[in-house]
Amino acid sequence: MTWKQMFTSSIGQKFVMAITGIFLITFLVVHVGLNACIWANDNGEMFNTGANFMASMLVIRIMEVVLFAGIIIHTIQGLVLTAANNSKRKVGYAVEYGNRGSKWYSRSMGLLGTLLLLFLIMHIYHFWVPSRLGGIANIKPLQEIDYSNGLGKQYHNLYLEMIQVFQNPLIVILYVLGCISLAYHLMHGFESAFRTIGLHNNRYLKMLRHLGRGFAIIVSAAFAMMPISIYLGWVK
Amino acid sequence: MEHYNMNLTLKIWRQKNVNAKGGFETYKVTDISSEMSFLEMIDVLNEDLINEGKDPIAFDHDCREGICGSCSMYINGKPHGPWKATTVCQLHMRAFKDGETIVVEPWRANSFPVVKDLVVDRSAFDRIIQAGGYISVNTGNAVDGNSIPVDKDKADKSFAAAACIACGACVAACKNSSAMLFVSAKISHLALLPQGHPERKSRAINMVAQMDKEGFGSCTNIGACEATCPKEIQITNIARLNAEYLSASLSSDKD
Ligand code: HEM
Ligand code: SF4
Ligand code: FES
Repeated sequence: MTWKQMFTSSIGQKFVMAITGIFLITFLVVHVGLNACIWANDNGEMFNTGANFMASMLVIRIMEVVLFAGIIIHTIQGLVLTAANNSKRKVGYAVEYGNRGSKWYSRSMGLLGTLLLLFLIMHIYHFWVPSRLGGIANIKPLQEIDYSNGLGKQYHNLYLEMIQVFQNPLIVILYVLGCISLAYHLMHGFESAFRTIGLHNNRYLKMLRHLGRGFAIIVSAAFAMMPISIYLGWVK
Repeated sequence: MEHYNMNLTLKIWRQKNVNAKGGFETYKVTDISSEMSFLEMIDVLNEDLINEGKDPIAFDHDCREGICGSCSMYINGKPHGPWKATTVCQLHMRAFKDGETIVVEPWRANSFPVVKDLVVDRSAFDRIIQAGGYISVNTGNAVDGNSIPVDKDKADKSFAAAACIACGACVAACKNSSAMLFVSAKISHLALLPQGHPERKSRAINMVAQMDKEGFGSCTNIGACEATCPKEIQITNIARLNAEYLSASLSSDKD
């Protein structure tokens, strides 16, 4: 059994999906937690200092690379698996087996993932690009802000960028749609990932199903509330 | 249960051989008893066809009591028809109403090519079993049946998995044409018992390799297989298969 045999087998490829998927879930926990600081209503001080603190840590810089790698591997492996699976029935049925005893979102992981990918491209363009690449070539850098009357440290004002981006109702709608895709992707994906890595104890699976659904709904709703609350002017 | 007779319109897939292009033929059957099984209804139609000098509809069947797994028809969009936990041979005509139109198709998957009409070639399953669905036993006198202690809970789970009749409905139902419910039932059946332990790792690796080679898809845990399985094999077995395969391939020292 070589590594290649393992990772090119059907279960090996699913294992890659599950491991990268669970990794992306842990990233979401950090991401939603940090972003929730915008609701401190302190003109972004808590959020900007938090984001700056993260950006100054080497571990986080390394994790950023791992995160990009994770998204790319998850995406490519997901699209490869979906295409392979779709090619296994060349002659289809005349009568479709309605709901197949399954949920529509479980059957649509490829589609939901593709929507997420489109969302991520837009999202990275909105925030990651100006924050990390601002100043290079023609990319407009973020403004700086100082929270101690010109005496203290200068922070990238990512908060102001959020406020500006989310003045556009179309962008707010696209973000909310992205969050809905995420919710459905995780409604299936959270529990499924643990099944894929081999968890087969019914007691834990039941627990993970509830945990996964709760996570999918709460985290996605929290993310969706960010553009909405900024657009409606609830964030000061 | 009230007994009634019915007239039905059947749209049945006809295909001369593997390479022929098939198509649906429409047949009318009359005075079908609600007490008949679905296969008996097809028998009646076939007798008419034979009397008219036509080619009868080919379909697989053997035991007609829900244990051999050979009957296989995709009826009105469902493998084995509308009843839960039922093979086609155990599906009775009281599942249908007078005047209904019923569409009957063969299992569809690249790995199950249509041989003729409703008969598909399921030898891919046999080759998967040959790759590892066996155990080693000593020859000589039969040993005492209870010489190896088995935990009751494991024995029950193993027995439930062993109920799989290799009908292929799970593949037919799955949007990925995945055979993982079948393979996981066979793997679980043997992995849960001490008798299955000598080949536990190589079995998982070899059966999965054969399953992939046969061209079945990979499971995405949607649950269509479990919903359609006539023997109610649980999808949890697939998670067990994943565990068996991953631990075997991570720890295997064969290269
Ligand atoms: C924040 C982003 C994302 C997270 C947290 C995430 C999470 C997950 C999780 C946990 C799974 C379940 C894995 C399993 O069943 O074993 C999964 C499956 C999947 N993901 Fe994602 N995903 C994300 C983005 C994407 C993107 C951008 C794509 C791009 C196409 C994608 C495509 C898929 C596909 C096709 C599957 C189904 C694979 C299968 O069930 O075998 N995902 N995802
Ligand atoms: S798992 Fe169920 S549906 Fe699949 S082959 Fe076995 S008995 Fe048939
Ligand atoms: S004919 Fe044997 S299970 Fe139906």
